[in-house]
Amino acid sequence: MEVFVQQLINGLTLGSIYGLIAIGYTMVFGIIGMVNFAHGDVFMLSAFIALIFFMLISAWLGAGLIVLSLFFVLILAMFFTSLWNWTIERVAYRPLRGSFRLAPLISAIGMSIFLMNFVQVVQGPRNKPTPPMLNKSILLIDSATYPVSISYKQIVIIVTTIVLLAAFWYLVQKTSLGRAQRACEQDRKMASLLGIDVDRTISITFVMGAALAAVAGVMYLVLYGVVNFADGFTPGVKAFTAAVLGGIGSLPGAVLGGLLIGLIEVMWSAYFTIDYKDVAAFCILAVVLVFMPSGILGRPEVEKV
Amino acid sequence: MAGEASIPAKRQADMTRALKEAAFAALITFGLCIPIIAWGTRQNLDNQLVLDPRWDAVAWAVAIVFVGRFLMALRQQRRGEGKSIVRLLPHGTLGFFQRHSRIFSLFGLGFLLTFPIIAINLAGWGGALKWIDNFGVQILIYVMLGWGLNIVVGLAGLLDLGYVAFYAVGAYSYALLAKNFGLSFWVLLPLAGILAAFWGIILGFPVLRLRGDYLAIVTLAFGEIIRLVLVNWTDFSNGYAGISGIPRPTFFGIPFTAADDGFAAVFGLEFSPLYRTIFLYYVILCLALLTAYVSLRLRRLPVGRAWEALREDEIACRSLGINTTNTKLTAFSLGAMFGGFAGSFFAARQGFISPESFVFMESAVILAIVVLGGMGSLWGCAIAAIAMIGGTELLRELDWMKQIFGPDFDPTKYRMLIFGFAMVVIMIWKPRGLISTREPTAFLKEKKAISADMVQEGHG
Repeated sequence: MEVFVQQLINGLTLGSIYGLIAIGYTMVFGIIGMVNFAHGDVFMLSAFIALIFFMLISAWLGAGLIVLSLFFVLILAMFFTSLWNWTIERVAYRPLRGSFRLAPLISAIGMSIFLMNFVQVVQGPRNKPTPPMLNKSILLIDSATYPVSISYKQIVIIVTTIVLLAAFWYLVQKTSLGRAQRACEQDRKMASLLGIDVDRTISITFVMGAALAAVAGVMYLVLYGVVNFADGFTPGVKAFTAAVLGGIGSLPGAVLGGLLIGLIEVMWSAYFTIDYKDVAAFCILAVVLVFMPSGILGRPEVEKV
Repeated sequence: MAGEASIPAKRQADMTRALKEAAFAALITFGLCIPIIAWGTRQNLDNQLVLDPRWDAVAWAVAIVFVGRFLMALRQQRRGEGKSIVRLLPHGTLGFFQRHSRIFSLFGLGFLLTFPIIAINLAGWGGALKWIDNFGVQILIYVMLGWGLNIVVGLAGLLDLGYVAFYAVGAYSYALLAKNFGLSFWVLLPLAGILAAFWGIILGFPVLRLRGDYLAIVTLAFGEIIRLVLVNWTDFSNGYAGISGIPRPTFFGIPFTAADDGFAAVFGLEFSPLYRTIFLYYVILCLALLTAYVSLRLRRLPVGRAWEALREDEIACRSLGINTTNTKLTAFSLGAMFGGFAGSFFAARQGFISPESFVFMESAVILAIVVLGGMGSLWGCAIAAIAMIGGTELLRELDWMKQIFGPDFDPTKYRMLIFGFAMVVIMIWKPRGLISTREPTAFLKEKKAISADMVQEGHG
């Protein structure tokens, strides 16, 4: 029981990171029907940006105000990652809109290779450890055999995710921006006829996806304390799995899928073997796509002739 | 008419606009550079991370983008006036090539057959090894993989992001069977192909009812699963350490060694490692040509026509009574078979394999070759493979650049960076691939070139 509760906490922490990345996939797929292959690498890039800002700001503020500096890091990372993704959309995807279906996917794969190697070239191929931060934890269940605790890191991650998701939910559901976005998702041509600037809406979608990926990047850095240029691929694919599992195009689905994938991965490592945890995630992806292509909360795809 | 006086004014307005655009692009670049280029992270001697400011690199990046964007904006405005449209090739070149494609094919074949001799004559015995191995064999492996994947992606329209899995199956089949059972290369080559095709059927059967992007992602997942199993199942595959000491292919029983029964001694030649490389070169050339021949012939068979019909319109195919699952499965397993051939050749050539050779990036590179070349076009695949693989191999040769940028400059570091960038640029420049017209398979009276815009892919 204690093991289960501990793994539940760990799984929810990991799952919120996956959920944040998954939203980027699901929104882009919803609005332009494209698997944004470079999104995992945007996430990795945001972790690097966060690392650099964290070092700059913690040197300036001192080590005592770690939560405050994390707050600044979060905002700066969100801004600069959004700028990156905005540029990527502008340069690599927008010229291909209206082209045949594979073109943006290939372009995104190229962008993914580019970003990964760009970071490798400018920051070096080695693992980058952060200075230790937020190492304390709270004991939840005081058991002699298996004490259950939740660390400050995990609290920060879960709380930040909930707050940001609430803000994001408000943005999509209640503002005119979100309404434009949902309109474009349903019918892009009709939306443009009704006076919505489709290009601008798509840009904003990429910006929002990147901002959430940056949150995930900061959280990843806080959780693991180390980042590498190749770290974007596997979380990227897992987050995509999460988006598919939840039903691609559905925002609550992405979060739900992320939490599920995080839980499954952690539970698998705890109860079975840690070696095959990625295999488990990929198998889930295959099984879900084959037997339940519309996911848990997605709408079934209608075949139009 | 606006009169002559307004032309300089217009020029000036153009200039200002171009400057504005360039300034905007430079500003964005500055923003992009701020954290990631402006400070480099580095571990110091205490293993702590320290930051190195690098504002000079930022300045360079901003300046390059400013100038580049400025020139591009000016060119675009000129084009707007209809003055000069820069074409890489004069109009009709492609049509000329296509009309005489038989002659060019023969010419290309002749070049390929004599390539080792040309290389030896030009670079000498010492220098030829590098050219034949790094350029000849390496490029031909990718040409063959590209042609194999072309059956799946180009002809049948199934987007496969996990092609490297079958390459891995072929390589590991050869490595394990040759090491453990001592079977020869020529026995194992077809066996590896059959095993890969078998895996193609196993993996393909459940997933081939998916469409487009979903199929791509599932195949990606399968590719990763096979790689991760190879990494983790150490009893079987020796994990990350890989398999070394794989038996090298022999010349129909005669090994390429310096021993008395070796190739050089038997034929009365002086021993040189070059003979093995030349032999491998001809083997991969034959395999690649076999792939090309089979896919050309298959296009004329009913199953090939069914593939192309499936690529164009799956629903129409179903209504005409084509068994879509079986048709897709044949394409998938045939593509896998050629991947398996290439894999067993790869293992035999390297003598060492590890899961590191079968990462997703390889699949992406092969797919890039197929798509950038223009899907369905064998010529396009070959050209793209030469450009992408040969181009990145050429970067290894750029040692003279060290004299300009200092001894720390290593051009190979930028290999994949340029590769990814080139993928994006070619897609934007020619979304349909380099050779974007194709020959019709079925025609009435005479062949007409079809523009690729008329052809749909990737939704099968």
